[in-house]
Amino acid sequence: MATTYRTCPRTGLQFDTEAEKLMRWNAVAGVLALLVGGIMALGVILTRWPAIKLLPPDWFYLVLTAHGVDMLLVWIIFFEMAVLYFASSTLLRCRLATPKIAWLGFWLMAIGAVIGNYAVLAGESSVMFTSYVPMQASPWFYLGLILFAVGALIGCFVFLGTLVVAKKERTYEGSIPLVTFGALTACIIAVFTILTGAGILVPTLFWSMGLIKEIDPQLYRMVWWGLGHSSQQINVSAHVSIWYLIAAVVFGAKPLSEKVSRFAFFLYILFLQLASAHHLLSDPGMSAEWKVLNTSYFMYFAVLASMIHGFTVPGAIEAAQRKKGYTNGLFEWLRKAPWGNPIFSGMFLSLVNFGFLGGISGVVLGTEQLNMLMHNTFYVPGHFHATVVSGTTLAFMAVTYLLVPTLFKREMISPGLCKIQPYLFGLSMAVLTLVMMGAGTLGVSRRHWDMAFSGAPFQYEWPGAAHLMMSLTGIFGVLAIIGGALWIWLVVGSLLWGKKLDEGKLSDKPVPHAPLDSVAASASHTGSAEHVAVPGTVVLAMLLLVSFVLYYFVNWKYLSEVWALS
Amino acid sequence: MSAILPPADRLWWKQSIDKTEWMWIFLAFTWAMIMFFMMIYWHINGKQNLSNEVYKTTPEAFAAKAEKFIAANTVRTETEQNIPVVKVPEGGDGYLVASLWKWSPILELEKGKTYKIHLSSMDYQHGFSLQPVNINIQVLPGYEHVVKMTPTQSGTYAIVCNEYCGIGHHTMLGRIYVK
Ligand code: HEM
Ligand SMILES: [Cu+2]
Ligand SMILES: [Cu+2]
Repeated sequence: MATTYRTCPRTGLQFDTEAEKLMRWNAVAGVLALLVGGIMALGVILTRWPAIKLLPPDWFYLVLTAHGVDMLLVWIIFFEMAVLYFASSTLLRCRLATPKIAWLGFWLMAIGAVIGNYAVLAGESSVMFTSYVPMQASPWFYLGLILFAVGALIGCFVFLGTLVVAKKERTYEGSIPLVTFGALTACIIAVFTILTGAGILVPTLFWSMGLIKEIDPQLYRMVWWGLGHSSQQINVSAHVSIWYLIAAVVFGAKPLSEKVSRFAFFLYILFLQLASAHHLLSDPGMSAEWKVLNTSYFMYFAVLASMIHGFTVPGAIEAAQRKKGYTNGLFEWLRKAPWGNPIFSGMFLSLVNFGFLGGISGVVLGTEQLNMLMHNTFYVPGHFHATVVSGTTLAFMAVTYLLVPTLFKREMISPGLCKIQPYLFGLSMAVLTLVMMGAGTLGVSRRHWDMAFSGAPFQYEWPGAAHLMMSLTGIFGVLAIIGGALWIWLVVGSLLWGKKLDEGKLSDKPVPHAPLDSVAASASHTGSAEHVAVPGTVVLAMLLLVSFVLYYFVNWKYLSEVWALS
Repeated sequence: MSAILPPADRLWWKQSIDKTEWMWIFLAFTWAMIMFFMMIYWHINGKQNLSNEVYKTTPEAFAAKAEKFIAANTVRTETEQNIPVVKVPEGGDGYLVASLWKWSPILELEKGKTYKIHLSSMDYQHGFSLQPVNINIQVLPGYEHVVKMTPTQSGTYAIVCNEYCGIGHHTMLGRIYVK
């Protein structure tokens, strides 16, 4: 199969022309979904802002369903496909296996996304992206999701095939790079996830067509979350890989220890199976033993893995900076980091938000008894906007500042705005998730149109602080949306009007090594096995641990104060 | 040897791990173990554990039991819809039915007494969210969940539905009195 290879003159990265086109299309499709999902977010936020309450209830639930589907599935997974192709064919400097089949996957995903959106916008499928039975959507809704998932599954196999190609054609020596290893982790989890998803969505499709009489709601929840939770594990693997990638590109950082980092990725694969349990902690149909086992054994090892990455990523950056001579005190390495470079600032905010806000809240939420304090409250979307938005989405935004010049061969427009965008989005998202969790701690429900319960036979007055939190949710939600819109504007603007950059040399054969002084190669020569002390990272990690422990026990104290239950 | 290149040292798995990294792994692992044992500890010594007493049922069977309970224990009715207020016998069983879009009946409890509250749904999934206490339990059709509750303070409590259940979801507000 004839393809050509382009070596990017700015980074030394090599792109198979076919793979490159796929990466671009997948990334653009993702951005489009983010745009639609972002418009929906505006509808959601302006309705939940008590002083505004923009939409009537039917529109609110419609828009919220679309927001969940377009953001969590369509945006994230399209972008992940681009990441998979990049981590395989570009980093291994090889051709993409079966590009035609990869296009088939892309179009299935695109068609699935369109059908799913059509079903939701037509108004018959306002069931939320979780579509808990026995509430029923139109068959098109499930069909759209299934097609999308099959397309993604195909993408996963193309990725695996590309690894085989690289191995057979010996385009690299030794083991695959850490970032590719992380992508492989994401891919393996994705295969598991999508098969589980098929296990529940296919019967549900048949049920919506009247071919199956009934689906047990507890069984549905258990299998559905095998899809819903594991897919979050894909996102974590993907954005952690991107953290390592950015640390390598910006700082030439090497992992503190390949062994530890790879082992931590491996833990994600081993312990994801029933991590879905923490979505069922306040459900009737599961025993306490099952809940404890599956939240601890299966989940805490995944948590351990994230805590390891949370240490080794900043540790790798610190080590690289110290080698460059930023050795004063605990934090010179961090102070002198390129805070004006959106690739780095976005990545670092993603790391901090994910660890301090998303990670800690997730573990508390996933503790068997504590879950009763927050289940289905606004705390839950607060938590996952800290993980999948200010963690994953922000990491994807950050890496895009790198991809626009190398992959799309355009210079970013408005460097001043590029500089502030990660701060605007990352910081307002951080506050947003905090106030959402605050409202949830006070009991405010998620997926709920009216804090005033108009039309109910009784009244219930939420505490004043809950109203305040919801107003702040409105304000910081709008700010976050502006930050997201700014990113879309910068990216689309750069693709359309950014200065065209030299595309570099094309050749018929893959070039085995990157040019010596390029980003893609330089890092390999700085590294040696000797260890560099990383005291600053130790301090940051201890800060995380202390906050974690305190917040964890504060919640047990809250729990001890509610009605006795047994 | 960077994260985007194959490890320079082909035998990377033989490299020693730095002391600091070991220390962090050890701390994180210990913390995970503490969290694990905390859940078990709470099962033994904690006063708030979600009941495991669950029976498979059907909406019809559950509704019939609830009807009987309401007929036997109603003390008065409230609101324009004449929602029955039902005094749950001390230490006895109370039924709370979730349906589109109401919680029925209104329950009357006494502070410090323990009750067995049976929860189930007639149709979609619903969410039992007791406010302002903030206890949240999923309610599913086909499952009868028997939760033992001991109110600790008197007052009027709201039951918000916090699982999305359709267009009237926000009107699904119930009530519990504690004397
Ligand atoms: C750009 C700014 C964003 C804002 C202001 C925002 C706001 C919100 C709010 C307030 C909710 C909760 C609504 C409710 O439960 O009543 C929500 C739900 C949700 N959001 Fe976002 N969001 C944003 C971006 C994102 C992104 C980027 C993603 C995914 C990557 C995402 C994924 C979700 C999901 C999955 C839900 C749950 C929907 C459901 O309950 O079914 N959001 N969002
Ligand atoms: Cu309900
Ligand atoms: Cu509801």
